[in-house]
Amino acid sequence: MSAVLDHPASPQGAEPSITPPQASGTPVFAVTPRAREDGGIGSDLLEVSMGPQHPSTHGVFRMDVVLDGEVVVKLKPVFGYLHRNHEKIAEGTSYLASMPYTDRLDYFCSMTNNWAYALTVERLAGLAVPERAEYLRVILAELTRLQNHASLCGFLLQDMGAMGTPLMYAFREREKIIDLFEAISGARMMCNFMRFGGCRCDAPRGWLQQAARVVDAYPAFLDEFETLLNENEIIMARTQGVGKVSAEQATGASLTGPILRASGVNYDVRKVDRYGIYDRFEFRVPLGDHGDTYDRYMMRVLESRESIRILQQALRDIPEGPIIDPKSKLRGFKPPVGECYGRIEAPKGELGFYLISDGSTNPFRYHVRPPSLINLTILEDMCVGHSVADSVIILGSIDIVLGEVDR
Amino acid sequence: MLGEAIIKGMAVTAKNFAGSYVSKDRLPTIQYPEERQVLSEAVRNFPFLVYDGDDWEKGLRCVSCQICEKECPPKCIYIVKSKDKKPDYLGKPQLYPAIFDIDLSVCMSCGICAEVCPFEAIMMDQDFELSNADRFGGLLVNKEQLARSHDHHMRIRPSEAGPIEERRAAAQAKAKAAAEAKAKAAAGKPADGGD
Amino acid sequence: METLEQIKARVEAAIPGAKLKVLTNDSPCAQHSLLLDPAHAVDVARFLRDDPKLRLDYVSNMAGVDWPDAVIKTKIKKRVEKDGQDVDVEETIESLRSGYLEAVYHVYSMALKHGPVILRLRTEDRLDRISVPSLTPVWRGAEFQEREAYDLYGIQFTGHPDLRRILMWDEFTDYPMRKDYVEPDDYEYEPTPHDDVVEKARRHYAPEAKP
Repeated sequence: MSAVLDHPASPQGAEPSITPPQASGTPVFAVTPRAREDGGIGSDLLEVSMGPQHPSTHGVFRMDVVLDGEVVVKLKPVFGYLHRNHEKIAEGTSYLASMPYTDRLDYFCSMTNNWAYALTVERLAGLAVPERAEYLRVILAELTRLQNHASLCGFLLQDMGAMGTPLMYAFREREKIIDLFEAISGARMMCNFMRFGGCRCDAPRGWLQQAARVVDAYPAFLDEFETLLNENEIIMARTQGVGKVSAEQATGASLTGPILRASGVNYDVRKVDRYGIYDRFEFRVPLGDHGDTYDRYMMRVLESRESIRILQQALRDIPEGPIIDPKSKLRGFKPPVGECYGRIEAPKGELGFYLISDGSTNPFRYHVRPPSLINLTILEDMCVGHSVADSVIILGSIDIVLGEVDR
Repeated sequence: MLGEAIIKGMAVTAKNFAGSYVSKDRLPTIQYPEERQVLSEAVRNFPFLVYDGDDWEKGLRCVSCQICEKECPPKCIYIVKSKDKKPDYLGKPQLYPAIFDIDLSVCMSCGICAEVCPFEAIMMDQDFELSNADRFGGLLVNKEQLARSHDHHMRIRPSEAGPIEERRAAAQAKAKAAAEAKAKAAAGKPADGGD
Repeated sequence: METLEQIKARVEAAIPGAKLKVLTNDSPCAQHSLLLDPAHAVDVARFLRDDPKLRLDYVSNMAGVDWPDAVIKTKIKKRVEKDGQDVDVEETIESLRSGYLEAVYHVYSMALKHGPVILRLRTEDRLDRISVPSLTPVWRGAEFQEREAYDLYGIQFTGHPDLRRILMWDEFTDYPMRKDYVEPDDYEYEPTPHDDVVEKARRHYAPEAKP
C-alpha cells in the first residue's frame, strides 16, 4: 500500500472502509480481504496504480485507485513526473526569455499561453496593444480553441474505444489550423508569437484569406463530427450520467473552462473580464444542464461553433496598422516595481499568471495558475462509484495536458 | 430506432473513406522523402550565422557582441570574443567570434537570438534533416558549420532577407562614398594636415 | 464591488479581533491586497465567501512567495538648516526587513462576477515558524495549490486535509522555490557548452570526486 492512500480523503470525498495491509515495502498493488455484512463472501478491495505509463492518462500521470470489483471506491491523482520547475527557471531569466517556455506549458495551445503571459506583463508594465495585434491575438486564440477542442473530442472517443477514426478526423482538421500557425509564427506548436505590447510579426500576405477559408470550411467538419457521434447509442450509454458534477461542487473546487460550464455555471473570463477586445464580438456562452461527461463533450462542440462566429467577425473587421507598442523593448525590459495577476480564458479553463517585479530584468516571482491541475481537484468525486473504464473517460473529458499540470 | 445513429455514423466513415481517394482535403498525407512539403517562409528550425561574399570566415556578420548568448533562454550559445579586430562590411574595425558554438541538443528553436541580434548576423534556418549518430559531439556545432551565405537566407526567406540586403547595400554605398570623399579631401590637402 | 477599505471595515466589525491591513501596489494595474492575521484568517475567509454583498466563492489563484531578509531603503525628505537657510535634503534610511514566506490568494466571485480580492497570509519567519492556516476548508479549490506551496516553499498549512508533496517526490527534503535553494551539482548532467553547468558536471563525475 503506498503512502498515498493512508491519508484521509478529501473533504467532500467518499470514505470507504479499507484496512491497510501489513506488508512491508511498496507493492504494485495490494489485495485486502473484506467480508460482507451478512457474512457471505465479499469482493476484495484492490489497489491499482494506473499510470504513469498508462495510455489513457494522456501523459505521465498516475492515479492510485482502490477498486471494489470494477468500481472505484477511492482515487488519488499523483503528479510531478513532468515537473521541471518552470517557475524557478523563469525567475532566473529575463521576461522575454520566459515566453518560449510558456509554449511548453499546455503544448496544444501555445498561442493562448503566450497571450496570458503577455497580457500579465503588459498590465504590470502599463503597455498598450495596437488594434491589429489585438485582432490577431483573438484570431489565433480562437483558432487554438478550435483545434484544442477538436483533438479533445478525438482523444475522448479514443478513450471510449473508438480507435482512431474520430481522432484521425479531428487531427486532419487540426492540421489545417496548425499549418496556419506555422505560416504566421514559424512553428507548428511552439509558436512563441506574442510579445509584450503586441505580436512578433505581422501576418504574411494571404494568411488572413487562408484563415478565412479554413474557418469557413470548419462548420462542415463539425456537422460531420456531430452526425458521427452525437446520437450514437454507445456514446450516449457510456457518457450520460457518468462523472456528474453539480454547480456548487464545480464552483467550490475552482473548476474553470468548459467543464465548469457543463455544470451550468455561467462563467467565461472572455465575458467577465472582457480582456483584449472580446467586448466587440457577438458570441454566446454555451451552458450544460447535467454536468456529466456527455455535457462536457457537447460543450466543446458548441464552443467551437461560437469560436467560429468570433473568428468570422474578427477576420472581417481586422484593421491595418502597427502590431507592437513602440514603447515595448526587446532587450533590457524592466517593468516597474509591483505585482500583477492576469488571466484569460484558455481552451482548458482559466489560465493565469502572477508576476511580482522588483524592478530588475528578471521577475522576482513568476507563478502560473494552470487550469489542468486545478480542474483535477474534483477527479476523485467524479470517479467514485463508477467503473475503471468510466474513470478513463471522465479523465479524458476533463482535458488535461501534463506539461501544464506538472510545469 | 436503436442503431440508427450507428448506421448514420457508418455512412460518414464510408464517405470519408471514399473521399480520401479523390479529395486532397481529406487525405493530407505526404510520401516523404519522395514527396516534400513546401515549407512556408516563416518556418524556423535552428540558427545559422550569415556571411557576405564568398569566404565564410571573412564575411561573417557577427561582431561577437554576445547579446544572443545572454538572451538565449536555454543558454545553448557559447561565444568567445576575438583579441584582434577585422573590418566589417562598412570598413569599420570590429571584433569577431573566435569561438561560436551552438548546442543543437539544447536549442529549442525559439528564434529569440535572431530577433534580438542588432547586426542581422544570426538567422533561423529551415534545415530539419539533422539526425546524427553522436548525440553530444555531433550536435554541438561550431561557427564553420553554422555559417551560411546570405544567398541561402535570400532563398529560404526572401521577404525577410530582401529589406536587410537593401539596407545593408545602401549603408555600404554611403560608407563608400564617405570614404571616397574623405580620401579626396585628404588627397586635396597636403599630408602634414594630419589629425 | 466595494473598495478594500470598505471590506476591511465590514470584516473588522463582523469578526471581533480580526486585524486586516491594506497593502498598496504601485504597478499600473493597481491590484491592492489585504493582509490577514493568521488567527482569524479562516473566519475572515468564510465571511468573504458567505457575505451576500461579496460572495467570493471562487479562489482562482494561490501562490507562495519567498521574501528573504532584505535591506529596505526608504528615502525621506528632511528640512535641515544649512548656512542659515532651510534646505530640503533627501536622506536614505536603511532598515532590515526579516524574511518571511507569504501565501497569496486571488479570490473572485462567480455568482456576482466580480473580483479579484487579493488576500495575503504571512509566516513569522522562514525557518521554523512557517505555518499559516489553510483556507482549503473554506475554498476547496485551493487544495492543490496549497500543496504546491507547501512542496516548493515549505509553508505549513494547518488544517489542510491532505498536505503532502505534490510535484516533487515524497523523499525530497528541500524546498526548491526558495530564493536560497542550492541545486545539487548533478541536477543537469548533460554537457551544455554554456556557463558553469559543464564545470559542475565534470566535477561531479570526476573519478576522484566519488567516495
